[in-house]
Amino acid sequence: MSASPNRMPRTADFAAFRDPDLARELIARINALVADRVIYLMEVCGTHTVSIGRYGFRSVMPEGLHLLSGPGCPVCVTANRDIDRAIALARLDGVIIATFGDMMRVPGSSTSLIAEKAAGRDIRVVYSPLDALDIAAQNPAREVVFISVGFETTTPAMAACVLEAAERGLSNFSLFCANKATPAALRAIEDDPQTRIDGFLLPGHVSTITGAAPYRFLVDEFSTPGVITGFEPVDILAGIEMLARMVISGAPDIKNAYPRGAHREGNTVAQRLCAEVFEPCDALWRGLGELPASGLRLREAYAAFDASRRFDIEVEPTVEPRGCRCGDVLRGRIAPGECPLFDRGCTPEHPIGPCMVSSEGSCAASFRFKDR
Amino acid sequence: MCLAVPGAITRIIDASTAEVDMLGATRNISLRLVPEARVGDFVLVHAGFGIQIIDPEEARETIELIREMDELVAEELPAPDGATA
Amino acid sequence: MDMRSMDEQTVLLGHGSGGQMMKHLIDDIFFEAFGSPELVVGNDAGVAELPATGRIALSTDSFVVTPQFFPGGDIGRLAVCGTVNDVATSGAHVRYLSCGFILEEGYPLDALRRIVTSMADTAREAGVRIITGDTKVVERGGVDGIYINTAGVGEVPAGVDLSGANCAPGDVIVLSGTLGDHGIAVMGQREGLAFSTDIVSDAAPLNHLIAAVMDAAPHVRCFRDPTRGGIASTLNEFAAASRTVLEVEEQAVPVRPEVRGACEMLGYDVLQVANEGKMVAIVPADEAEAALAAMRSSRYGKHAAIIGTVCELACGTEPYVRVRTPWGSTRVLDMLVGEQLPRIC
Repeated sequence: MSASPNRMPRTADFAAFRDPDLARELIARINALVADRVIYLMEVCGTHTVSIGRYGFRSVMPEGLHLLSGPGCPVCVTANRDIDRAIALARLDGVIIATFGDMMRVPGSSTSLIAEKAAGRDIRVVYSPLDALDIAAQNPAREVVFISVGFETTTPAMAACVLEAAERGLSNFSLFCANKATPAALRAIEDDPQTRIDGFLLPGHVSTITGAAPYRFLVDEFSTPGVITGFEPVDILAGIEMLARMVISGAPDIKNAYPRGAHREGNTVAQRLCAEVFEPCDALWRGLGELPASGLRLREAYAAFDASRRFDIEVEPTVEPRGCRCGDVLRGRIAPGECPLFDRGCTPEHPIGPCMVSSEGSCAASFRFKDR
Repeated sequence: MCLAVPGAITRIIDASTAEVDMLGATRNISLRLVPEARVGDFVLVHAGFGIQIIDPEEARETIELIREMDELVAEELPAPDGATA
Repeated sequence: MDMRSMDEQTVLLGHGSGGQMMKHLIDDIFFEAFGSPELVVGNDAGVAELPATGRIALSTDSFVVTPQFFPGGDIGRLAVCGTVNDVATSGAHVRYLSCGFILEEGYPLDALRRIVTSMADTAREAGVRIITGDTKVVERGGVDGIYINTAGVGEVPAGVDLSGANCAPGDVIVLSGTLGDHGIAVMGQREGLAFSTDIVSDAAPLNHLIAAVMDAAPHVRCFRDPTRGGIASTLNEFAAASRTVLEVEEQAVPVRPEVRGACEMLGYDVLQVANEGKMVAIVPADEAEAALAAMRSSRYGKHAAIIGTVCELACGTEPYVRVRTPWGSTRVLDMLVGEQLPRIC
């Protein structure tokens, strides 16, 4: 506790977003505003799902205000086939797999990365893809494959990492790329006649990169409002209030409740890097199926860093878990508790579907935080 | 997805690396996505990368708006000219 | 470098062979550091006095932490504190420890000496004696450097019967200090997560703190040290054992800002992060202030706080832990599932 004064963070500017009194005021305002109306809002960011759970907001929302968790957890939307491919890569001789922690426990068709690690595969959890580059530099005789999942927030980091690998001449580094783009999933949900969503809490950190433009279609084509929302208690409550207001007034728009983190035009440097390294491709989403131009692959110029092109892998036949309704949960068709397996065979300790695995998954978050 | 936390840049280490302080936990991050960041700036940190410079003034304004009005008058974001990545 | 100096620098298989080399290792490192007469006499069993109260408390724990040296401690200090604290939570006066070492061939003797010295220092601080031990050496790759097992024994004073099952509605939850220090201090050292903080592990022997609380709050229900799984596990265990609901005031839980920052960065819930020098006590409401004062008077309890209460379980529901947030909402606090992994994406 000996940090010198000039190293102490000046957090006062942001502390107000955790102010309990302001949060209480917003909770009261939302309750007065919504009254006995029935409103369905969906958050499409897994970090929103976890934060709403951790802040206990469901326990203080009006009864008719439903907060649904959408396809915002990159682990949950990763297709079984892609998990099986990552596992097949892990089984190759001489390969080191580097991955974000959340991928470790996701079950593929027959096993998971954590089970493969226990069986002796070299699988390492990293905080940053840059750490994977360092592993590659330290192990020149081995192949290091980074399991790249994530939405627009994470994709620029991957692009930067590929460029850095090229600059550092790290020819033993590659990406297994399962990155996805958020708007395609929102469109799939809007197109689903079985889903009712009155408004979207839009992902703040995806918007940090993209700006608001990619969400315009929600209003233009579906008349559904959206609010770009941050992650502190006051951020989320303000987002909910703005969204509920637009739903009630019938004046849909895309608004930004997180201007300090998500600027008008997004991060143009990051956008340029992504366009340089990746190109869009069709991608298979768990629960949503194949969505056009919703995935990313490395451009030809960076093919050398593409694990899919670099390694010949034998992938086991894909087996979907029986009875699992993760797909319907991700679409907002059912709440986690409505899945017949929820807490009856499928628990965070013994997950059957991916939504129960990742701490960001709507089932796991619902299991953890639901006030019983 | 997308856990990102604000950190204050305490030191520029090289052209693309800086040390950030997140409430006292320090780590080196890449500045490749925020090349204009300077010592003293707050950046959002995600997976070891700075992804945006946060404007404390903007933060204060947001709080003012939330406090003073019953509705946050949010900035409307126009469609950009080109396609995004 | 000649072979002889190599021999002196690292653990060899011969050090576990039962012969001369092992005797030298024991004499030079273990006896030298621990020095208790019961140990040094060199019998297979340590024989020592235990006042005849009729009941003993016995606990054992194994320590496999990597890295073995971290800010604020090392595996040796942990191995003593962990077992001392486990025995002490029963209300026993902790007296004696055993220690078993499993060493990897090639482990630096200098590191072993530092660890053993740290164990001796910690045992002295706790007022306990290490009176028997064992050493095994396994081939390279068999263990990760050094594993230590300790067992501890103490005598339980007449009339003391501490158990999580004793928690009753109306009781108060007292915590001896800031949460998450150990977990974050160790995590920062791990490959792939490298971050630095000024945080040091809280590893500490808490038997004196427990004794002080027992004097101040004679009707204390139970103690537990929230190690792996954090306070989330401890409180869930208490709730289940006593069939109650434990309610925690989030705002009252002491957490250092740096620990909070690291937890935010990694996506951890600080209530699930490991501690090695903290104690949770459940006490009747009318003894809560006295228990708190007793903790705060201990060198390891300066930041002690009352963090919550024990509540009645509603009919037909299951025991759980409820967290009350600063803005009046509530959430369920579950135990950590599996290993704690950084949540980045």
